[in-house]
This record gives sequence, C-alpha cells and structure tokens, in this order.
Amino acid sequence: MTRTEILIELKKVFAPYTTNKEMLDSINDETDLIKDLKINSANLVDIIIDAEAKYDIEIDYDSADKIINVGTCIDLIMEKLKQDK
Amino acid sequence: MNNHILNHLPYKSSFRFVDNISLLSEDEVRGEYTLRNDAFFYEDHFEGNPVTPGVIITEIMAQIGLVVLGIFLVLKEREFNYMDDDSLYPLLTTTDVSFHKIVLPGQKVTVISKKQYFRFGKLKCYVEMLDSSKEVVAKGVFSGIIKKMNIKK
Repeated sequence: MTRTEILIELKKVFAPYTTNKEMLDSINDETDLIKDLKINSANLVDIIIDAEAKYDIEIDYDSADKIINVGTCIDLIMEKLKQDK
Repeated sequence: MNNHILNHLPYKSSFRFVDNISLLSEDEVRGEYTLRNDAFFYEDHFEGNPVTPGVIITEIMAQIGLVVLGIFLVLKEREFNYMDDDSLYPLLTTTDVSFHKIVLPGQKVTVISKKQYFRFGKLKCYVEMLDSSKEVVAKGVFSGIIKKMNIKK
C-alpha cells in the first residue's frame, strides 16, 4: 500500500470525527489532527480503534504517542503493515 | 462488597449520585441511587412541580456507569497508590442519551453499564437507567477519561 492509498483511506477514518470537511478534503502530511482538523483529543482513541480494524494492525501505547499529524499517522500504519508481513 | 470503590469517587454531598454498587466487573457495572426529596435542583426545576432534570439523569448515569467502572479499571491497571487518588479526576468526553420516562423526587433508579472499550485511558460504555418497575428511563453511549491532575486550590 502506498502513502497516497493510505491517505485516501485515512480521510474516511477521520471523517466522522471532524466538522472541518474542507480541510479534510485537502489534507497532507503536515495537517495536524487536533489543531487543523479540530478533532477532539479524546476521539483520537476512537480513530486508533477504527484504524486498527481497517488495517488489521495493533497500535500500542508508545506508538499512539506518535500520532500528531497525517504524516506520522501514515508512517505508523506503514510501519505496522510491514511488521505484520 | 463493591462499595469500597465509592471512597475513590471525587464527588461530595449534593453532587454525589451513587448509593450502592451491586455488581462490578471489568466489563460491567450496576449501581443504584435514590433521588433525595430535598435535592437542590427540585426547588427550581420546576417551581411547585419537581422533576429530575435531564442533566442530573445524565450525571447519575455517568457517575455509576462511567466513573465507578473507570476508577475500578484504572486502579486495577496502574496499581495506583491508594494515597494517590486525590489527584484522579474523571472527565466526561461524549454523551449521547435519549430519555424515555420522567423521574420524580424519592424514586430509586438502577444504572447498568456495559463496557465497549477501555483503551489509552478512555472508557466507552453503553449505559441504561431503569426505574423500580425495570422500565427504561434513559439510555445512551458515554465516554470519558480518568485524568491524574492537580487542579486543587
């Protein structure tokens, strides 16, 4: 799975948790989940759980700390997908 | 038997809405509360016609369904020092509740909460409140986090 493919899928994961739909359409690696997408920090947990189900991966406490912007999310998902193979 | 957990609740007097915990496990909690006839909100809600406010119903559900279970899970998971729980505070993050029956002063209600998940310190539960004839008063999904913080004085 390429970064672009993951990015497209991630938009669907974020959609229920942001009201900033315009920003969601134009996200890039630098987009901050809390500051730009205005995602409630407590909802990051729901996003992690949704992403785990979608990609069939497991995200632990330390990895969750790295989730800051779209780029670090994609890094983490790619890393986890690689580990599973 | 399960009521030792009540000592860890940060609520006092007029804002404590838990009398008894009748069941407590890692996945489920059940507790009861009897609305006090002299509770502060009945005087004005509504004048001459006291009815329990929806926010109080929500608070009862949150205290039993989310906070009791949350503190139980946190104490279990992190082996918090019992002396240390002065700084444990529950924060409600989302609620989605529907109300089906009114609750009058003096009524006893039962809250049953089933855990959906507890991860990264966030607890999400499906919570129902029943009256003494076991009819649903309110139901909904609640989530919150238990935070360690010093907001005192």
